Amino acid sequence: MYEFKFHRPTTVRQAAGLLARQEEAKLLAGGHTLIPTMKLRLAGPKHIVDLSQIEGISGIEMKGRSLVIGALTRHFEVATSPTVKENIPALAELAGLIGDPAVRHRGTIGGSVANNDPNADYPAACLGLGATIITNKRRIAADDFFKGLFDTALEPDEIIVRVQFPKPNKAAYVKFPNPASRFALVGVFVSKRGSEIRVAVTGAGASGVFRVTSFEDALKKRFGVKSLEGMTVPADGMSGDIHGSAEYRAHLIGVLARRAVAAATA
Amino acid sequence: MTAVAMTVNGKAVTGDVDPRTLLVQFLREHLRLTGTHVGCDTSQCGACVVHIDGKAVKSCTTFAWQVQGANITTIEGLAAPNGPLHPMQEAFREHHALQCGYCTPGMIMAAVDIVQRKGNDLDEKTIRHELEGNICRCTGYHNIVKAIAAGAKTMGKGA
Ligand SMILES: Cc1cc2nc3c(=O)[nH]c(=O)nc-3n(C[C@H](O)[C@H](O)[C@H](O)COP(=O)(O)OP(=O)(O)OC[C@H]3O[C@@H](n4cnc5c(N)ncnc54)[C@H](O)[C@@H]3O)c2cc1C
Ligand code: FES
Ligand code: FES
Repeated sequence: MYEFKFHRPTTVRQAAGLLARQEEAKLLAGGHTLIPTMKLRLAGPKHIVDLSQIEGISGIEMKGRSLVIGALTRHFEVATSPTVKENIPALAELAGLIGDPAVRHRGTIGGSVANNDPNADYPAACLGLGATIITNKRRIAADDFFKGLFDTALEPDEIIVRVQFPKPNKAAYVKFPNPASRFALVGVFVSKRGSEIRVAVTGAGASGVFRVTSFEDALKKRFGVKSLEGMTVPADGMSGDIHGSAEYRAHLIGVLARRAVAAATA
Repeated sequence: MTAVAMTVNGKAVTGDVDPRTLLVQFLREHLRLTGTHVGCDTSQCGACVVHIDGKAVKSCTTFAWQVQGANITTIEGLAAPNGPLHPMQEAFREHHALQCGYCTPGMIMAAVDIVQRKGNDLDEKTIRHELEGNICRCTGYHNIVKAIAAGAKTMGKGA
């Protein structure tokens, strides 16, 4: 690991100031992506800005018809929160499928969303529920936030403070975990809110999380498994590796989408 | 160098460490608590699991300075000094849940955490699912699962 200095600001403003002032500075939340990456020397920040001492950026609450989750909220808190289970049970379930119990005790929603790993679970929930990512500067719709592999709309000194999820009528997430890493080989999040239907896929796209508009159009006619019968996604644009070919991943999208709709309508 | 202070197994400890020092290095190399192991150093195996403020965490994926002021419990702190083994340790012994023993401290710390979250009546499916972050290369898990179910029951009796 390369040497670094660390900072423990107590406000988001101080943290943003440090990011802007210090060269090669990086935020640290749960550290469960950043620390392994630093050990591999794939990241070598000169300054680490730790978010853990900042008050008011963790916690879960319903605000009107939306569930608002602070960036520093750990995966296990989302998985076990009565508020999340009551309002968006699919989101609690998704958080409970991330990694293993020890990873869930440290990893945070803000870190996961900012990292935008192409096999991560939260990006599918954000896109699949039409979430809004709230930063120290602005509000960004999930549709405009995820830009590609490990790439987001965040500016260098921008900090996620909250993620806001509108409450759906129906939603479900089905994940096919890579048996070794527990990350999603493919994961599909479906939701229905009024006339808005979303089908978001993680793990499969060559440029990260994406929506399947053909499935969404079919489900608009009737939100049921039958509407997706026989429907497929082309392997073009899917990622392929030793864990699964592009064709295999494309096939899984159809299977998992049907399972997710079945779960959402059960 | 940076000054760290925390409570480890009920004792206040301090140290002066390089910021890169991981919690597991602080425990093993500075405090000489070598019960906590490093199996992979890539956050996968769980040999390094300790409790931070009562919750199971991989100490190879946490900087020592991140847990400033926290309460840490390691395998050495589970049973009272010179007292009998903790019921979960005793269950691992009784059920032959270890061979080389490398994964055992992490397994036991993870097991106690499972009981704290899921209660004393654990079925096989729950235990296997909850052990996803702990890898054992020797036992094939069978006896570990049995030991955890038994240890959980004994813990419930307040033993
Ligand atoms: C063994 C293992 C298994 C895992 N399995 C899964 C899995 O199945 N599914 C899954 O989705 N993930 C999985 N993960 C990843 C885990 O969920 C991470 O915790 C998460 O991706 C990153 O969150 P963090 O809080 O640890 O972020 P950190 O590692 O602290 O930070 C990650 C990145 O985000 C930036 N960042 C952090 N917070 C903010 C913020 N508020 N605003 C802007 N930028 C920020 C950091 O600068 C850094 O670049 C796994 C990790 C491990 C170690
Ligand atoms: S040594 Fe920490 S998880 Fe393997
Ligand atoms: S007993 Fe040898 S690794 Fe588990």
